[in-house]
Amino acid sequence: MRTYVAKRVLLIVPTLLGVAALVFFIMRVIPGDVTLLILGGDQAGRIDPAQIAAMKHQLGLDQPLLVQFGSWLWGVLRFDFGTSLWTGQPVIQELLIRLPLSLELALLASMVSVLIAIPLGMLAAVRQDSWVDYVVRVVSIGGLAIPSFWIGILCILLLVIYFGWGPPLEFTPPWVDPWANFQQMVWPVLTVGYRYAAVTTRMTRSTVLEVLREDYIRTAWAKGLRERAVVVRHALKNAMLPVITLVGTEFAFLIGGLVVTETVFTLNGVGRFVVDAVAHRDYPVVQALVFLIAFSFVIVNLLVDLTYAWFDPRIRYR
Amino acid sequence: MATNLELTHPAAAAELAPRLTALEAVAGFIRKKPLGAAGAVIILAMLAAAILARPLAPYDPYQADYSAQFARPSAEHWFGTDEFGRDVLTRILYGAQIALFVGFTASLAGCTIGGLLGAVSAFLGGKVDLLLERLMDVLLAFPQLILALAVASILGPAVQNVVIAVSIPIIPRAARVVRATALSVKENVYVEAVSALGASRRRVILRHILPNVVAPYIIMVTAQLAGAILAEAALSYLGLGAAEPTPSWGLMLSGSASAYAEKAPWIGLFPGMAISLAVFGFNLFGDSLRDVLDPKLRGR
Repeated sequence: MRTYVAKRVLLIVPTLLGVAALVFFIMRVIPGDVTLLILGGDQAGRIDPAQIAAMKHQLGLDQPLLVQFGSWLWGVLRFDFGTSLWTGQPVIQELLIRLPLSLELALLASMVSVLIAIPLGMLAAVRQDSWVDYVVRVVSIGGLAIPSFWIGILCILLLVIYFGWGPPLEFTPPWVDPWANFQQMVWPVLTVGYRYAAVTTRMTRSTVLEVLREDYIRTAWAKGLRERAVVVRHALKNAMLPVITLVGTEFAFLIGGLVVTETVFTLNGVGRFVVDAVAHRDYPVVQALVFLIAFSFVIVNLLVDLTYAWFDPRIRYR
Repeated sequence: MATNLELTHPAAAAELAPRLTALEAVAGFIRKKPLGAAGAVIILAMLAAAILARPLAPYDPYQADYSAQFARPSAEHWFGTDEFGRDVLTRILYGAQIALFVGFTASLAGCTIGGLLGAVSAFLGGKVDLLLERLMDVLLAFPQLILALAVASILGPAVQNVVIAVSIPIIPRAARVVRATALSVKENVYVEAVSALGASRRRVILRHILPNVVAPYIIMVTAQLAGAILAEAALSYLGLGAAEPTPSWGLMLSGSASAYAEKAPWIGLFPGMAISLAVFGFNLFGDSLRDVLDPKLRGR
């Protein structure tokens, strides 16, 4: 186990370096000069060249690319992601303001999805090709097909038409006013959660189906166990293991869901921060956020792999 | 000589190759996979909408008509009109062109580039394989939408840029699948047998390995298609995809749809239905196609 952990942890180092390099260089090929952008939009002709040079120097853009990359990386290690071009605030500070909302949304949506998906996925697998299975499959394929921003828009349409609802202007944290927080979060949570549940249901169904074909399940049937015992004691226990990997796969869906859903509901979270930064061409923010998202994605996947190996000894000896 | 190794025993030949006519194959598909057939019908309807948009659509998709702003759904405007008085149905029909164009080109480009990289990885092995694998790891470290967003932010909003932005996240996923398949096919006994019979490397790859990689490739292209259509819609919705006045379904939902929720809910209703239906169709069809083409799943 120890060598496996060491190997996996070491393997993410080149990946993370590659991620950092890719993010850094992608943001350097943006058409249009960043300094001009800061100094006042596209009125290129009217700005003093000396001022441009000074700004370039201040931003460190006059140094060789590799030196710039090095200093950016050094900053990243100290949680210093530079300052936002749009607000002039440190990126990390802007991020921390928005993080609680996105975390709450992500956690609640995951809970909703797991509560719906695991029982449904199991039921569909156990009753494969029955009407229950067909309904579950159609609903979950439907959930994959409906874009989360459209579910969000539908929620808003209903809320506006029937309740005269308007988007909240400010986020109320749950520790300040739980009821107000609930009212703000319930629709976004359901929006993200439904799509998330669709993915989880499909994966649960296929893993349970696979497990139900294993020899030990046939043995369990053969020795005369009741269906309940076979499904719960033998199948579910073994099927839950692959479901852990879902957490990793779904992280990507969750991030995508946050980006889009926060925009629909005008929630000031990390997802909307990304979209706004891209729209404002606020490149230090885009750079930092894309890097941090990829970073957490890599870490989540690492943890998933390690948990998996912890539970399933077969993995370690490969 | 390898070419003379035909099966001559009539019974064996008959058992091995029950060649279906195209019609029989289609009928069989409909009977065995009703959900997949339903998906195919949706896809065909979408293709028809895209090809016949001009003769079918009652209005011009770009021309603003301020005398008909926010018209309710009626006999003249089945799906109503938007804030510029443009017919929503017309724009949805033309939108099928954008969705299909982006979906097909992005998933084909992504799967082909990724597939080639995966094949190169599998056949060259060694350092090239290691390098390409690490590169794919890096690309896989980004959630799909985030990578597409980052690329789209550099390229700026335009339909052809969306194709690039959407296809890049597909590349590493395709490379993984093709590499794994090629590696396992390479090890098969029949490949060894043909090589032992003296077939050239070229012949082994083209005649014996390639056909076995084609099925996973087709499955992948169909599976990615739905995702690509969804990604285009999301990018356009976020203002990073197609630019106004392109009739992109995602773009039709951005801004005005929630802004005029009370006044004209149909603006936000129908384009979303179109996206969902299209993706639903491709998902259903892709799932069934996978069941039919993947020998490991056959008979399940």
